Amino acid sequence: MIIAKILKIPIGDWIETFFEFLNRNISSFTKAFSESFNNGVDNTIDLFVGINPILLIIILSIIIFFLSSAKPNRITKANLREKYSNIKFLGHFIAWFLGKTKIMIKDRYAIKMTIGSFIGLIFCWNLGMWELTVSTIVLILIATLISILIGIPLGILAALYKKFYRIIIPILDVMQTMPAFVYLIPVIPLFRIGKLSAVLATVIFAIPPAIRLTCLGIKQLPEELIEAANAFGSTKKQKLIKVQLPLAVPTIMAGVNQTIMLSLSMVVIASMIGAGGLGKQVLWAVQNLKVGAGFEAGLGVVIIAIILDRVTQRIAGSGKNKK
Amino acid sequence: MSNEKKVKVKIQDLYKVFGNNTAEAIELAKKNTSKDEILKKTKCAIGVNNANFEIYEGETLVVMGLSGSGKSTLLRCINRLIEPTTGSIFIDNEDITKFKNDEIIKVRRKKFGMVFQRFALFPHRTVLQNTEYGLEIQETDEKEMREKAMNALELVGLKGWENYFPEQLSGGMQQRVGLARALAIDPDILLMDEAFSALDPLIRSDMQDELLELAASVHKTIIFITHDLDEALKLGDRIVLMKDGRVVQVGTPEDILSNPANDYVEKFVENVDVIKVLTAKDVMVPAAKVFKKDGARIALRKMKEIGLPRVLVQNKDKEFVGLVKDTVALKAVETGNKDFESIIEKDVQIVNMDTPLEHILTLELDDVHPVVVLQDDNKKVAGVIVHSSIMASLAERIKGGTKEDDNS
Ligand SMILES: Nc1ncnc2c1ncn2[C@@H]1O[C@H](COP(=O)(O)OP(=O)(O)OP(=O)(O)O)[C@@H](O)[C@H]1O
Ligand SMILES: [Mg+2]
Repeated sequence: MIIAKILKIPIGDWIETFFEFLNRNISSFTKAFSESFNNGVDNTIDLFVGINPILLIIILSIIIFFLSSAKPNRITKANLREKYSNIKFLGHFIAWFLGKTKIMIKDRYAIKMTIGSFIGLIFCWNLGMWELTVSTIVLILIATLISILIGIPLGILAALYKKFYRIIIPILDVMQTMPAFVYLIPVIPLFRIGKLSAVLATVIFAIPPAIRLTCLGIKQLPEELIEAANAFGSTKKQKLIKVQLPLAVPTIMAGVNQTIMLSLSMVVIASMIGAGGLGKQVLWAVQNLKVGAGFEAGLGVVIIAIILDRVTQRIAGSGKNKK
Repeated sequence: MSNEKKVKVKIQDLYKVFGNNTAEAIELAKKNTSKDEILKKTKCAIGVNNANFEIYEGETLVVMGLSGSGKSTLLRCINRLIEPTTGSIFIDNEDITKFKNDEIIKVRRKKFGMVFQRFALFPHRTVLQNTEYGLEIQETDEKEMREKAMNALELVGLKGWENYFPEQLSGGMQQRVGLARALAIDPDILLMDEAFSALDPLIRSDMQDELLELAASVHKTIIFITHDLDEALKLGDRIVLMKDGRVVQVGTPEDILSNPANDYVEKFVENVDVIKVLTAKDVMVPAAKVFKKDGARIALRKMKEIGLPRVLVQNKDKEFVGLVKDTVALKAVETGNKDFESIIEKDVQIVNMDTPLEHILTLELDDVHPVVVLQDDNKKVAGVIVHSSIMASLAERIKGGTKEDDNS
């Protein structure tokens, strides 16, 4: 026993020392940043909550309708683009818009999706959870946005540079298997309890698939296409922008979809450090043994999850399953 | 062409070894150790083993050899998609193996157009955008780029298909796009890696004809890879024969046929007596047919589909009636002649399934006037024989022959 104690490698001590060091030296700065971030998020949430719920739900449904309808067929798009090609930038937009509306009206799936989402959101409002729902959606979207902004570039780097790939993959493995609660501890002393802490913990937990699938999407492209790009004298950058990224989009979107789902699975845990929203409601219900309230809030999370999942899946897959 | 031939590409002492222990592998290769033994001793695969030859400006050089003989590796060394291990490659007297990365990018943009076996078209770009790719990355201005790409597409007969996507095109048309993409940048040298191997025999033969025409008109240096003797003989001004990474013979098709350098080459070309063994059913290919009731318009559409200037006609019992030529059908459509029967040509050469090749070779045949093979017990069409179908099956025989000999 004693020997085991002496021989114990003090990993825990090291990490504690490290965070104490951070705490002492930069926490005044991080806490200030945290405060302004939290204010910003709270204001955003208040802004949306301030809008008439029904109006907001209708607006959201329209956005969902637009996002979940199929992309216009490539030929139609090409023809339309040809037609409006003389009005440069605006021409592209007009072509896209016309092509889109033409398809949307006939798109059964999009219509079903929209009606479903509308009912789901109305349901949340009806249960008196509208503010919580809005706050959860805003937080999830912020976390997803940050994950994408960081994750996709990292994924690209991992695909292009072997050394970076070898470094980042084990880190991702750790991030994904480490119990999510552990992330909460160091975040609090640095950023205090609040929205920023919740977002950061969520990002750490949810970012790996964005990185992994971006990397995979680029790496798995057929060798001959890369060869063709090289054979005509593309630079690395041209190859990336004109060939690799456009072809990897479906895989990258699958990663984004997973990132959103993982963010949602963090709402309850993140609510322990100030995420608020539906997660907090669940937490409260657990602590007070309120089965009904807990179930209602849980349903709210499920509704948001289904809507976000279907919409992103649709965006990811619509190029492929529509011929 | 003048007698003084200008050397466009010169390959000197070129080795390519895949693996880590390259120095030792090259040492062994210089001592004439076999490829398998080198692999066993050093875990290195020899791709190209001491290649030395020249390619003249404006000629079509065909590199031929069995699978794994190092053809693709050699070709990719020439534009450095694969880094040569040792040796030099001179393009217009400049040793490109010494070039740095940005210089090699410039050389690729200016001098090389490449066509791939599986087309390697970009699926997210239209036919036009695919064709423009090489120009786009050189930042050519838009108008000039469009014009050059359209010219290239017209050259390969794809005018009107600009806005389609590769997946909407047949294999033959896709490879035309591949060819247009390579031609659009107006390169000095066309690199074609088994460019027609993925196409079916009829289309393939057409593409070969077109490449021959193109080679004559645009005057480019073409390096063409194939494992098909027929194709090599048809296309090549000169042929380079490879085996296990080595160049075993370089010469004109006549040289190769009449003076095979060694047993290996001989095996490729020794199958002269097959014409006695083969019969019509061995050398025929499936024929496209229309019904008599279909009329000239449908006949024309069918011809366009198969890319041939004629189509066979059968009656409602599927019995052979004759053939219709495109010129005649077009005239009938233009003049509004509704009498389809009157434009069917009935004087067609007909053979049975068992007619020996020896006899078929005495008949006159071309793409417009094929020999029609009828089934033995009725008058239904079994297939047609054209020049390329004979060549294709001969080449297949030859390949089969070499494989058996390799095993023994
Ligand atoms: N990336 C690679 N790594 C290791 N060995 C390779 C690699 N590429 C090719 N080789 C080896 O080099 C040899 C020549 O291959 P290559 O692809 O040039 O043959 P080929 O003549 O083009 O054959 P095919 O007709 O099948 O295309 C093969 O024996 C193969 O084992
Ligand atoms: Mg090959």
